[in-house]
Amino acid sequence: MMNKSEKTAMLEAAGAPDEIEGRSLWRDARIRLFRNKAAVGSMIVLGIITLLAIFAPLLSPYEYDQIDWGYIQEGPNWENGHIFGTDGNGRDLFIRVLYGARVSLAVGLLATAVSLAIGVTYGAVAGYFGGRIDNIMMRFVDILYSLPFMFFVIMLMVVFGRNIFLIFVALGAVEWLTMARIVRGQTLSLRRREFIEAAHATGVSNFKIIFRHIIPNVLGPVIVYMTLTIPQVILTESFLSFLGLGVQEPLTSWGVLISEGAKVIEASTWMLIYPAVFLALTLFCFNFIGDGLRDALDPKDR
Amino acid sequence: MTAINPNTPKKDSSPILSVRDLKVHFAIPGKGLFAPDRQLKAVDGVNFDLYPGETLGVVGESGCGKSTLGRAILQLIAPTEGKVAWLGKDIVGAPHREMQPLRRDLQIIFQDPLASLNPRMTIGEIIAEPLVTHKPELGKEEIKARVKRMMARVGLLPQMINRYPHEFSGGQCQRIGIARAMILEPKLIVCDEPVSALDVSIQAQIVNLLQELQREFDLSLIFISHDLSIVRHICHRIMVLYLGNVMELADRDSIYAAPKHPYTKALISAVPIPDPEIERNKERIVLTGDLPSPLSPPSGCVFRTRCPFAKDQCARETPKLEHVSSNQEVACHFHESI
Repeated sequence: MMNKSEKTAMLEAAGAPDEIEGRSLWRDARIRLFRNKAAVGSMIVLGIITLLAIFAPLLSPYEYDQIDWGYIQEGPNWENGHIFGTDGNGRDLFIRVLYGARVSLAVGLLATAVSLAIGVTYGAVAGYFGGRIDNIMMRFVDILYSLPFMFFVIMLMVVFGRNIFLIFVALGAVEWLTMARIVRGQTLSLRRREFIEAAHATGVSNFKIIFRHIIPNVLGPVIVYMTLTIPQVILTESFLSFLGLGVQEPLTSWGVLISEGAKVIEASTWMLIYPAVFLALTLFCFNFIGDGLRDALDPKDR
Repeated sequence: MTAINPNTPKKDSSPILSVRDLKVHFAIPGKGLFAPDRQLKAVDGVNFDLYPGETLGVVGESGCGKSTLGRAILQLIAPTEGKVAWLGKDIVGAPHREMQPLRRDLQIIFQDPLASLNPRMTIGEIIAEPLVTHKPELGKEEIKARVKRMMARVGLLPQMINRYPHEFSGGQCQRIGIARAMILEPKLIVCDEPVSALDVSIQAQIVNLLQELQREFDLSLIFISHDLSIVRHICHRIMVLYLGNVMELADRDSIYAAPKHPYTKALISAVPIPDPEIERNKERIVLTGDLPSPLSPPSGCVFRTRCPFAKDQCARETPKLEHVSSNQEVACHFHESI
């Protein structure tokens, strides 16, 4: 048995003076994600679409609500700048698809962020405290689940009028339910783990245990579910717009454009094809990223 | 591991921990919709005192309530009945506000070293957590310095402070767990089978580390284990549990030299002796049958269903823990005759 001073001397001699940087599970996951070709490709494509949406006004000589009387419902034409053609009102389709991307992506991201904030906190609290609190909180979720979604949206529209923020609220209010259930399930299995018990034994407050110990450990499945929620929300928004419950003219979204294009599919295919390609591409990308993340954040802790 | 714990407890001072008639019962939902709940008596009336600098071993089979006892003492599981007096003050059912300052003196080390560390935190953050919780007035630099000092003390390279638990071996993880428990310099650590997940050479290192820390900080330990040779090495006194009841409570030397309870005798006779001559010829008491369900423990003496010496009286009367000498207590009607 070495005595203490020998040991410390040995420890000091053994290592370099500076601290060694550890490799966190997040960094491991990132490395694995970047090895996934489909996921990286999707991130690039999605990045391009996002940049196009952000810089839309700079990319086209036309405004999204500007009517070009000379070219009404004309096909794609590089010479006059209507590269995706024009719609039935003579508005440039290229700029309208990009503005639609703005709305669709914003709805997707914001509604998902809302569902994330509510769902993760709610699920973690219910799962952590368990017992009666958990029962009451989850029965409330069950009640909300049983409300028919379309009915809920139509009612909101009738009461508050058509408003884009209402769509965020409506979608977020529905999507957090599943998130809460996922997080609650994960939390239930986590809260019996020894490191949570160790935190209890030290006297760490419940609030800190939830935010420091539980939420970082449920984030893996949450992120995967989130990337799968975004396309779902975009799709739902498109569906609502298709039914005429979405954004208001002259503002547009991919759903609205597809709906308009579908009506004139025989006369002017381009009005359907361009927004549909953008929508499909975005959905594919999110799903590939979700798959990649799921593989990277392998739930088994190593 | 023949060397025994050289640390001497301060028996003359008053005990830091007195446990009186501690009971932990869990309600198990009855079968069927309207069936009443059944009581699972995990710990059923345990008494003992613990002195500063002392190590109390708690041994018993799986499911005998060892871990539940440890957690009930720390109030991680609410005891159903009884008293846990910490420095003379009962802490059972104490409100959070009163319990909080006591937590810095009461710590726990777990069996599974990796599971007891949050995989998303660096070990620096893990070890610092008790400090951050109890001494928020300390600055970042001071906390880091203390963490590094404690890491060196438990035999970890301080440069590893930014690494994550999965980058360490089991023995190193257990050292991290010990560093976390020691950083506030507590008075009592409950060690819940701290070495049973480690291999033998690492076990010895960890046990020796615990003994060094005990000497240095005058620590009291409650050492839960089912490995009798380790218990013999580290513990001053040993408590034998069976189905939540204390069978025997005695000094290490008395219990190994002259076990009084038939259950203790059986346990000790099962420890292998590293000498084939003695091992071959020693008398061995083999218990038959399984541990009865704690939901329906036997009447009278809980051990009677497996006791080779059971008589009628054992089914009728529950034996009380009696002193057979000043430092040995046993709960058996017939400890004199067997």
